[in-house]
Amino acid sequence: MDEQLKAELSKQGIFTTSLQELYNWSRKSSLWPLNFGLACCAIEMIATTMARYDLARFGAEVFRPSPRQADLMIVAGTVTKKMAPQVVRLYNQMPEPKYVISMGACAISGGPFKQGYNVLKGIDRFIPVDVYIPGCPPRPEALIDAFMFLQKKIDAQQITGAARPRHLDADQPSEFPIPEFGPHDLQPTSNPAIWHPPLVQISQAGPDESRHD
Amino acid sequence: MTSSPYLPIVVLLLAALGFAITPLILARLWAKTFSPHKPGASKNAVYECGLASEGDAWIQFKPGYYLYAILFLIFDVEAIFLLPFAVSFSHLSLGACLAMFAFVLLLLEGLLWAWQKKVLVWT
Repeated sequence: MDEQLKAELSKQGIFTTSLQELYNWSRKSSLWPLNFGLACCAIEMIATTMARYDLARFGAEVFRPSPRQADLMIVAGTVTKKMAPQVVRLYNQMPEPKYVISMGACAISGGPFKQGYNVLKGIDRFIPVDVYIPGCPPRPEALIDAFMFLQKKIDAQQITGAARPRHLDADQPSEFPIPEFGPHDLQPTSNPAIWHPPLVQISQAGPDESRHD
Repeated sequence: MTSSPYLPIVVLLLAALGFAITPLILARLWAKTFSPHKPGASKNAVYECGLASEGDAWIQFKPGYYLYAILFLIFDVEAIFLLPFAVSFSHLSLGACLAMFAFVLLLLEGLLWAWQKKVLVWT
């Protein structure tokens, strides 16, 4: 049904919907986050659920302490290399469909602790991330913004066809390899299937002579 | 046309059954049509806190909890019968009173037996 006819019908008081819209609407309106905090970002995450910011307005007030009942993982804080296997295992144990918000500079890239020997430089090396929120820590408004962005993303999902999300595709994995905490680093250090490092052009020719300030 | 007075109950029962079963059928249909089944080693693990599961879920517990639960039943049953007994005590026949005393003594005997077996001591 095309959008114009739909708008015309709704003007006459006839509400039409499709199975896909109904599915996406119910899915985005009842995201249950995993009750899981790693560092200071978790304090902001808690603040977001409280009365002042009230994440319950978006249907996400039910923070589940068990991954088996959650479908949104908010990676809130610094992921140390010792903790990374546990984070990946928790993600694996969540039922499909599942989404990940990478909250704060640390979860994105290691943040201020990027140079630390024990800090994972971004959780997207091991699990697929849907929304990134910059900030150190991001304010509750930023988390709500990310949440609304994720809702929009879910709303646009197709339930059939090649563009359908991972959880509706039988060929896509539901679990990702859990890295092992080795003596020097995680083994492996990243999952090449999902992590594609940004290409950085490093010139060996010294500073660029053509640029004059 | 006469209808049975139990008809509303049957209708409500059917409605309740439909209310419970329809979502299950819809979910199964949805899973069959769109959402593929994706089990996995972590997902099917015994424990779910993020750490790797160790061992089996079928482990043995101390019987102490079981004995306490059984002993609680003595007091539970006694309380249920003592209240109506106390309420109608003044106009009960002698036979009823004796039967009640025999019942209480039986329960008391069970308690004394457990006491003698040192079940009341938590070791």
